[in-house]
Amino acid sequence: MTTLNVPINEGNGNHLDYLHSPKKYKGILNWILSTDHKKIGILYLISMLTFFSVGVFFGFLMRLELISPGKTIMEPQTYNQIFTLHGVIMIFLFIIPGLPAVFGNFFLPIMIGAKDVAFPRLNLFSWWLFITGGLVALISLFLPGGPADTGWTFYIPYSVRTSTNVIPALIGAFILGFSSILTGLNFITTIHRLRAPGMSWFKMPLFVWSLYATGWVQILATPIVGITLLLVAIERWFGVGIFDPSLGGDPILYQHLFWIYSHPAVYIMILPAMGVISEIIPVYARRTIFGYKFIAFSSLAIALFGSLVWAHHMFTVGMSDTAMWIFSLLTFLVAIPSAIKVFNWVSTLYKGSILLEPAMLFALSFIFNFTIGGFTGLMQGALALNIHIHDTSFIVAHFHYVMFGGTGFGIFAALHHWFPKMFGKMYNKKVAKLSWLFLFIGFQLLYFPLFIAGYLGMPRRYYDYLPEFHIWHFISTIGSWILITGLIIMFTNLIIALRKGAKAPANPWGGVTLEWSIQSPPTHENFEVIPVIENEPYDYSHFEEKEEIKN
Amino acid sequence: MILNASNFVKEVDGVFLFILGISLFLLVLITVLMVVFVIKFNRKRNPRSKNIKGNMALEIIWTVIPTLLVVGMFYYGWYGYKKMTAAPKDSFEINVTGRMWVWEFTYPNGRKTDTLVVPINKPIKLNLNSLDVNHSFFIPAFRIKKDVIPNKNNYLWFISNEVGVYDIACAEYCGLRHSYMYSKLYSLHQNEFEKWYGSVSDTVSLKTGK
Repeated sequence: MTTLNVPINEGNGNHLDYLHSPKKYKGILNWILSTDHKKIGILYLISMLTFFSVGVFFGFLMRLELISPGKTIMEPQTYNQIFTLHGVIMIFLFIIPGLPAVFGNFFLPIMIGAKDVAFPRLNLFSWWLFITGGLVALISLFLPGGPADTGWTFYIPYSVRTSTNVIPALIGAFILGFSSILTGLNFITTIHRLRAPGMSWFKMPLFVWSLYATGWVQILATPIVGITLLLVAIERWFGVGIFDPSLGGDPILYQHLFWIYSHPAVYIMILPAMGVISEIIPVYARRTIFGYKFIAFSSLAIALFGSLVWAHHMFTVGMSDTAMWIFSLLTFLVAIPSAIKVFNWVSTLYKGSILLEPAMLFALSFIFNFTIGGFTGLMQGALALNIHIHDTSFIVAHFHYVMFGGTGFGIFAALHHWFPKMFGKMYNKKVAKLSWLFLFIGFQLLYFPLFIAGYLGMPRRYYDYLPEFHIWHFISTIGSWILITGLIIMFTNLIIALRKGAKAPANPWGGVTLEWSIQSPPTHENFEVIPVIENEPYDYSHFEEKEEIKN
Repeated sequence: MILNASNFVKEVDGVFLFILGISLFLLVLITVLMVVFVIKFNRKRNPRSKNIKGNMALEIIWTVIPTLLVVGMFYYGWYGYKKMTAAPKDSFEINVTGRMWVWEFTYPNGRKTDTLVVPINKPIKLNLNSLDVNHSFFIPAFRIKKDVIPNKNNYLWFISNEVGVYDIACAEYCGLRHSYMYSKLYSLHQNEFEKWYGSVSDTVSLKTGK
């Protein structure tokens, strides 16, 4: 029996899908009390995209302020609060939960042939923690004093001295951390215990491998944020000098603890996106992935090395020479598994039969953006050069290339790839490609000039700037408008598809992983019969093109 | 961009151009390969794909070559950085105090200024201290930067090579007027500097700094 080319459970609409299966509760309770991993995935999707649009709006305001030197639309204090909110929302409420919590929840069990995650109730609890943490963080918007103006890094001593509401943001991050830990724990257990018969480790789809590596980072690194917050609280309440120099504490210790979590968090953000790219390219290239094991192990290598490089965020604080060269060397070594992935992805296109569907366009532009982000990362790893570009807009450009051009585009790729499966509807492909064009061009215009300005000496987190940087900021702001136009086109297209889209077939793109063998949208239990796996995950050797895919 | 304002500019720009060159080559290679493959192996032209599972030789090549390249980059960066930490013993030392949102410079003779005035061709060591929060002392044209942290004795050093006026910025976010925490650095000829250093007035010789 082959699991891949003869769909096991392909429904003809005979089975009720998860959106229409018998309900215990009515209305919104049917959603927010559901332990179905698919519904929880959708809950995360809605909440994440809501936070994302708020974050985009703040980003838009920042760029508008920076279109010319001097005051444009807001005061410096407002600007400082807005860039802090932009960072906190985008990192803790969009990019970190983005792929694992949304697409991991929805597809991890399906891709390994399971009916749900290992701990469905814990899964729902994680979403509740996520919402609670997000709301606590946003409460500061409405408290006297206003939201924090410290940047998302909350560096001490500034965060101790400011009169804005830092504590709600920290408590919010603390709660969000638990949501992340529990999701990681759930996924690791699911992958260990619930794989369908025959699915050995090397028959798992690569998205599952990336979630596995991510899960370990979530479990091991996230508690440190909690501990750090606890120490901040002890310092504040009992006056014990831990971080605050006015109490005899060490502000650099805070930076270490902060980055011991927040650097691995960067890999929580990028690893699942790499997994998505590894899923998408074989489907639209109609061939098996090149170097499966190398891609799988490079995820683990990134998770391991990525946990040991945190102090490269601190090369200017005045560390010992030994610490400097060790962290620099490790930072360079982390680049190698990433490079291996890129080379294997490009090779997967070789002798394929490629169709440039919207998801594929996003995936290929992920590779381009991520490569630029990676190379500029190497520049920052080089110590002499880091000293110059540290804390300039070069860094801002670099991490937006990785986080937005990489993970953001990865999320858009995943959305276009799996949308028909999740909702059973097709979107307009031409409009989707148009939105990609706007996003790609807008993105380059928005962030590339910041590399140049940064090298020329434009520091980051600046409300105002010297006239010589005007041209770069101007281009960047124009880019932000094109990018936002692309976002509006993309989301409008998907929302229209939800309401009026044609019914999606079970396998609109010709995928051979398990999620394409069940009906769209899946039934409540995913599989009527648990499949038995015999083939490798991307085996196209027996693949027959179907009529519905050829258009 | 390649000027020679300080003794570190060549080093830092050299590392930059070295990594940039390798990066551009690889970026073009990767992008061109992607575009060529997408065109050459598109569905219409190539309806049947070929399942190639991998190639050990290629995997080794693209693991080993990048490893050598990044180790080279690491060493180049480390080599340049070591010079930045080794301030000569005969450096002219000036104390720098950062506070929200001004820089203050204290000279060995007790003179205090809000702009930094230094002689060219002489090693200058700046001892950095903060009175309140973290700041970062950044001279973009000199390619140097160091965080200024309360209770921590950081320093940086440089040799100014050319007479001129340069910007000093704060690079570590420090609150409301962070983006206005600018000062100026005036590099003067030794004799001009001594004239200024010995005089009471700030204004006379600084104008000649341009």
